Amino acid sequence: MTDIAVTAPAHGHADHAHDHDHDTPGFFVRWFMSTNHKDIGTLYLIFAIVAGIVGGVLSGMMRLELAEPGVQYLGGWAEMLGGAGDEVAGKHFWNVMITAHGLIMVFFMVMPAMIGGFGNWFVPLMIGAPDMAFPRMNNISFWLTFVAFIMLVGSMFVPGGSGLGAGTGWTVYAPLSTSGSAGPAVDMAIFSLHLAGAASILGAINFITTIFNMRAPGMTLHKMPLFVWSVLVTAFLLLLALPVLAAAITMLLTDRNFGTTFYDAAGGGDPVLYQHLFWFFGHPEVYIMILPGFGIVSQIISTFSRKPVFGYLGMAYAMVAIGVVGFIVWAHHMFTVGMSVNLKMYFTAATMVIAVPTGIKIFSWIATMWGGSMSFKTPMVWSLGFIFMFTVGGVTGVVLANGGVDTALHDTYYVVAHFHYVLSLGAVFSLFAGFYYWFPKMSGRMYNEFLGQLHFWIFFIGVNVLFFPQHFLGQQGMPRRYPDYPDAYAFWHLISSYGYVIMGVGVLIFFANILWSLVAGKKAADNPWGEGATTLEWTLSSPPPFHQFNELPRIA
Amino acid sequence: MIQSLSPKAKTAGLAGILALAMTGLGFAAVPLYDLFCRVTGFGGTTQRYDAAAAAAEPEILSQTMSVRFDANVSPELPWRFYPEHPRDTVSIGARDMAIFIAENNSAAPVVGTASFNVTPTQAGKYFTKIQCFCFTEQRLEPGQQMRMPVLFFVDPAILDDPDARDVQEITLSYTFHPVDGGKKAS
Repeated sequence: MTDIAVTAPAHGHADHAHDHDHDTPGFFVRWFMSTNHKDIGTLYLIFAIVAGIVGGVLSGMMRLELAEPGVQYLGGWAEMLGGAGDEVAGKHFWNVMITAHGLIMVFFMVMPAMIGGFGNWFVPLMIGAPDMAFPRMNNISFWLTFVAFIMLVGSMFVPGGSGLGAGTGWTVYAPLSTSGSAGPAVDMAIFSLHLAGAASILGAINFITTIFNMRAPGMTLHKMPLFVWSVLVTAFLLLLALPVLAAAITMLLTDRNFGTTFYDAAGGGDPVLYQHLFWFFGHPEVYIMILPGFGIVSQIISTFSRKPVFGYLGMAYAMVAIGVVGFIVWAHHMFTVGMSVNLKMYFTAATMVIAVPTGIKIFSWIATMWGGSMSFKTPMVWSLGFIFMFTVGGVTGVVLANGGVDTALHDTYYVVAHFHYVLSLGAVFSLFAGFYYWFPKMSGRMYNEFLGQLHFWIFFIGVNVLFFPQHFLGQQGMPRRYPDYPDAYAFWHLISSYGYVIMGVGVLIFFANILWSLVAGKKAADNPWGEGATTLEWTLSSPPPFHQFNELPRIA
Repeated sequence: MIQSLSPKAKTAGLAGILALAMTGLGFAAVPLYDLFCRVTGFGGTTQRYDAAAAAAEPEILSQTMSVRFDANVSPELPWRFYPEHPRDTVSIGARDMAIFIAENNSAAPVVGTASFNVTPTQAGKYFTKIQCFCFTEQRLEPGQQMRMPVLFFVDPAILDDPDARDVQEITLSYTFHPVDGGKKAS
């Protein structure tokens, strides 16, 4: 990030007073018909927290069931939700939980928080724009996401084959999702994905238009903060990947309901085609989840090292490179479908190439800190935690990229550990980092530093105890998506479940911190982080005025 | 805001077109994937012999290939379906005929069609069918038994392919499915 010298018109209290000239909208109009990017961002963040609680409770139930060998709770839970209490319904409910946990965390927690939440809040602020390009479309995006979430949760209460709910896994592979799951649950889940996808595509168009057309005078593309760059690349990935998912799951719907055979060999189709289409979307999707995190961490490392980011252009174009290469590696998710040696070699090599731009980013973050005047405030420790976790997950990713190795580790807990290290720990750590970093700006109050640090350390220990043993389980052959296992796996599964409890305590501290800070937190200054925070949002009051940059700032 | 409306609309329009194009590409993947499999033998897709396009009859070599025949019936189809001989050994390049036998066990006429592929998948490119019952739909009257021939050869080029030349045995597999209304007929 370049140092930005701003010759801004007077902000803050003058703007705030100016606010009262407008009709300040009432509660309903402000929050339910919102067209203000900051309010929509807040809505997205609240929504993501609620969805995260739902998805987190689901994972807690799964860890409870997995704490001991045998099936202890599933039948009872299935019965509680109105299904049959027998073994089949219980095990179907397990499939429903893994499906719902995956879909909720991907589509309704990480994406809304990263893109809808922080993207909406800070992209316009950082480029000096008064709002998003299409405020009403922004509102549509949010409420489509909301309805999609209701749809998905609702699908858990209608028949989906051998029990209530869609038990297909988040990948919704045919033929399990077509001839294998009778009943409306899978249709509802697919429709939910359609809605969430449409919302994200509209959001992506909005971000692209905002970033290309509404930058303040002097804010060239190569002066944009890296977080804006990350959202721009993410928006393009969304625009190119999500329509393919929409096409793929539309064909699932017609196969299910209208007798087509796109994925059915009986009519000349091929179920493997669905896997290709899904992962053509699915692999860019994992970068969609992590790239905004890269952006957030870049801002924070720079702020708390009091230095511009090392190798700004390299950092920006590394994200572009990750986005581009991310589209040509998808088949490494399906090494076991029967590919020729040459094809496996290509996808192995192409996958490993991604480690190069990712390495550029990791080393540039380290170089940013090198020689910097570092302070270890809560956002900074979360960012350092992010770098550590993401590197661990990246290393196991390079292991799994090998077609030969993957044949042994495919669909084991090793894979589960890998993608939780990069997502549950990587993406979520960057989300917490961003939340603490921008909380003073968004709320106007400081968070509690002690609780923030405590949250970090307990969460950090918890997730490592939770996920690190899953590498051992996977290497010993524990398959993913199973509620039961032989006694040989009992020890590490129990440790893993203890880890969940520790992590849960960390999350409770997080909520305590939010509540305490909103009620009794110190008033935040316009820029609480000092000279390291050079982006435009820190030139505004905390919280920013309802409408900002009525007079555009000029970037020298 | 107003003066910048037009460039915004332009960007948004281009982005929207991009999204629509990708949707189209998603659906276009269906015929493209089919074509890709036919051309490359991907996933064990067998080749179809085209007398007009073939330059010359393949040379018959002394090396042999073991070919196993596998027959399956979709659960919705009330047929019995099996190969006359489960295994055959052919000279590479030589034409061979295998007979499959299907019987309709139900009291109604049923139309079925067969899907097919070979394993190992890298042999698909070299397994060439000259004539096959799987190219057309088959109709069986109640109780009718039909002998269905497959005429094929193994392309000698298989010996030049580093991925496939160690293949000793090819399994040719068929699965019969009911055609439209087949479910009702049973």
